[in-house]
Amino acid sequence: MFNFLKGLFRENPIFVLALGLCPTLAVSTQVVNAIGMGAGVIFVLIGSNIMVSLLKNFIPDEVHIPAYIVIIASFVTIVDLLMQAFVPALSTSLGVFVKLIVVNCIILGRAEAFASKNNVKDSIVDALGMGVGFTVGLLIISLVREVLGSGTITLFPMGDFEGIIRIPGLYDAPARIFSLSPGALLVMGFLMAGFNWLLSIKKKNKEN
Amino acid sequence: MSYIGIIITYVFISNMILSQFLGLCPFIGVSKDTDSAVGMGFAVTFVMSMASLVTWIIYHGILVPLNLEFLQTIAFILIIASLVQLVEMSVQKFSPALYKALGIYLPLITTNCAVMGIALINVREEYNILESFTAGFAGGIGFLLAIFLMSAVRVKLDKENVPRFLKGAPIAFVSGGLMALAFMAFDRALLANLIG
Repeated sequence: MFNFLKGLFRENPIFVLALGLCPTLAVSTQVVNAIGMGAGVIFVLIGSNIMVSLLKNFIPDEVHIPAYIVIIASFVTIVDLLMQAFVPALSTSLGVFVKLIVVNCIILGRAEAFASKNNVKDSIVDALGMGVGFTVGLLIISLVREVLGSGTITLFPMGDFEGIIRIPGLYDAPARIFSLSPGALLVMGFLMAGFNWLLSIKKKNKEN
Repeated sequence: MSYIGIIITYVFISNMILSQFLGLCPFIGVSKDTDSAVGMGFAVTFVMSMASLVTWIIYHGILVPLNLEFLQTIAFILIIASLVQLVEMSVQKFSPALYKALGIYLPLITTNCAVMGIALINVREEYNILESFTAGFAGGIGFLLAIFLMSAVRVKLDKENVPRFLKGAPIAFVSGGLMALAFMAFDRALLANLIG
């Protein structure tokens, strides 16, 4: 349980460890992109953590990084091909960032720091925690950016629901800057500061 | 697009960091002082130009004729990883001083999204070999420009009284955001005016 929860808050990959930032900022213009990206990362993270944990005794130390990278790249290719086949629209809007999961520091970082030292069960839990932590961080950023920047929340279309929630007031006059690149960096900076503040409150409570 | 157009596009308009968010980790992590930022910038420029060249040759020379395009991701990351290793070894051998300065950053370049990103962008834009190389080089220069500007800002910020929770990475992001705002002035219309 501890391994799962630490990824959500205390070691949140985005806000605390500041890992995997490139896809975070680039795809967070719409909530649906954040969900798709998060799902892709969770899949790759679980797959690579399982494989690394299983193979940890067989991979020679000198070549462990290239070996991990090949494992990760294989899972990324699987995700990329699956997305192109089943959710082509999502695949187009994520663009090169699906393939760029391969250089997402979180995945190599977890393989190196956790899966190479722990058993399969713990590695899966760790991957889930980190993956969910990443997705939650991504969701928060994309919610802020999409609501302020276009006044909408884009989800998957289901039945009668067309998949887009329009926020009255903001939809007619959105603050466009938040959907553009400067907005992403500004939102990220202030959310990180907010996270620091939350963590400091928690620490103070513990001390008293 | 002309070569000058490609250079202007990747240095200013689609700046790797400020408009495409590629290579953000070193942008925040290695921008604390100007010397290491510039060192990192040059290392990335070199690797990006070489990677654009080599990935183009492998993609169009091996993967496309054999219908193995789906192996693109694996092939590219392996090329980049070995290229970085090669650069690291040759720098270590020929210039120990430079190695001392860059040593810790070189392995990090493997997981720099900008290098992988430019290789994938070259494929997407269907550039020929020279255009790919130009794009890689210009992308690297754009990276160098952004990380140098950022380090200059952060050196000044060190002396300022920044609110406690914004210290470190958060204020760096906010400054980066303001920098990106300035870079928005460079757009396609400007390019069209410049080179017609």
